[in-house]
Amino acid sequence: MNERQDASIIVVENLTARYGEKLIFRDVSFHVKKGEILVILGGSGCGKSTLLKHMFGLYKPAAGRVLINGIDVAAGNEKELMEIRRNIGVLFQSGALFGSMTLAENVSLPLEEYTDLSREVIDRIVSMKLSMVSLAGFENLLPSELSGGMKKRAGLARAMALDPTVLFFDEPSAGLDPVTSAELDILMKQINTGLGTTMVVVTHELDSIFSIAHRVVMLDRDAKGIIAIGPPHELKASSTDVRVTNFFNRIPTGGETRRV
Amino acid sequence: MTIKPEDNSRYIAADQEDDGGIVLHVAGKLSLMTMNSIAEEFRTLTKTLNPSRLTVDLGGVEYLDSAGVLLLKEMEQYAEKRSIPFVFSNASKEASGILTLVGRTLKETDSKSGGKEDPSLLEQIGEASMSVTRDFANLMTFLGDLLVTLFQALRQPASIRWSDFFFYVRRAGLDGLPIVALLSFLLGLIIAFMSSLQLKQFGANLYVASLVGFGMVRELGPIMTAIIIAGRSGSAFAAEIGTMMVNEEVDALITMGFNPTRFLALPKVLAAMFVVPLLTLYSDLFGILGGMVVGVLGFDLTVYTYVQQTIKSISIFDVVSSMIKAVVFAILIAGIGCQRGFCVRGGAEAVGKFTTSAVVAGLFLIIVADSLFAIILYYIR
Repeated sequence: MNERQDASIIVVENLTARYGEKLIFRDVSFHVKKGEILVILGGSGCGKSTLLKHMFGLYKPAAGRVLINGIDVAAGNEKELMEIRRNIGVLFQSGALFGSMTLAENVSLPLEEYTDLSREVIDRIVSMKLSMVSLAGFENLLPSELSGGMKKRAGLARAMALDPTVLFFDEPSAGLDPVTSAELDILMKQINTGLGTTMVVVTHELDSIFSIAHRVVMLDRDAKGIIAIGPPHELKASSTDVRVTNFFNRIPTGGETRRV
Repeated sequence: MTIKPEDNSRYIAADQEDDGGIVLHVAGKLSLMTMNSIAEEFRTLTKTLNPSRLTVDLGGVEYLDSAGVLLLKEMEQYAEKRSIPFVFSNASKEASGILTLVGRTLKETDSKSGGKEDPSLLEQIGEASMSVTRDFANLMTFLGDLLVTLFQALRQPASIRWSDFFFYVRRAGLDGLPIVALLSFLLGLIIAFMSSLQLKQFGANLYVASLVGFGMVRELGPIMTAIIIAGRSGSAFAAEIGTMMVNEEVDALITMGFNPTRFLALPKVLAAMFVVPLLTLYSDLFGILGGMVVGVLGFDLTVYTYVQQTIKSISIFDVVSSMIKAVVFAILIAGIGCQRGFCVRGGAEAVGKFTTSAVVAGLFLIIVADSLFAIILYYIR
């Protein structure tokens, strides 16, 4: 266990999440290795996004903890939290670009906050980040002038502004057409191999899962926790759990009884 | 015995059997359009015949949609309630298809809604008072947080987002000036007019100037401005931050290490603190101008005497206390606008709800604060 933890960048220990009275999941433990793409998957309402938001410290856990680089994301002191936030980037489901700012301003915001770089250097970095996501030349557009796929990519450029070691993705392909979604997958893989960025991705797109995931963590709504961890191909081929094979083979739960 | 439909507008023909059972031959279109009249027929028929067994023959059904199925299911429930045997017969393939589909959904909704009951009155009262307490606690926490941020910012002015500050100064202040000026002018006009009707009886027309000047500076200027700003800017702040909550923009800010209060609320509150006193001064000025128009045109006062009388009736203390009032109102309006914005969870409907709440709570707090000021100033003087 200790050996494995040494290579892992994120450790989730006995994490329990609640919304008020309602238990979302309990006693979830796993770890994310440096440089891997880990996909969190499961059906609707199983708490995928909730788990992700606990992992980067947006939500406070009801019990258990999440460590990034050995720092508790919910209980660290201000300096430690700043250290973590510098090292992570998050791509939200809607892109979450600031509507009143241009793309360039969106991307430069974290740079201005965390670095002492001059205006020209920041501008150069912003242009570079935007061209990495194929949005060169769009610096002065407002988010409302972009298509859904472009917003996602711009969000990714902003998430990558500080060259984070970990990137979190909340349903990156939601609302995108299959082609754009596949392009985003390729982009994510390029960043992963090129920069060695660790990625934690929430998605339920099977195509995405098989093309990007090194390992998957599967949650289940009724089990209120993890039902499978492992490489997706292995799980599909050899899992004995009917819920896991049903997911990978697109069979609805309780499909037999529902047949008319 | 067969009871035939009397005319073409009827849908059900009933066959009475010897053992007390009846067969209902439903014919025609069973849809959203016809379901009411069919249900009516069904009720009359079952009432008059009082069957011991019910068969519904669907052989003559030309068209069946989900509303029609709902109707058929109600027939089934009628039978279930009276525990009499019930069957559908001669259902076409399409009809039985939609019957199973909708029937299953109905069953699921039944079992789901079964567990949830409407809370009792006592529970509702408890729930409401708890939510009021929680609301108040949240508001106090936010205002505390805001004040701490404010003091921090005043110590490090460089950390304030000045571009945002000037943006909101323009939005809340400059753009609000015409409406503040117009309303205050009319208000001064009205006060002068109303009061002069009374004062004229005593030949005390000159005191119209004192009344308008004193009233505007002490009470009406600050409160009028505050009400307009609550409606114009308090709501705008709530809606803006609320929309950012919905779009996860605030979440993004937090994960990027920004303090949302400092980043979003502070520039707005500072801008309001800057412009509301200025607008209040303008409001006072235009109110007095309004009074002057009435005084000069209607009651033969000269501009000079009117101005002299106004200056005589206002003290520096009045002006300063009204400026302090305006600053407090500004913090309350902008603060509650931002706080309500941060409360938004969910979607567009929540944005509307909390925007309304920002204005209502803002107005309420203005009046409460004004009452407190009235008492405090009375004793200080």
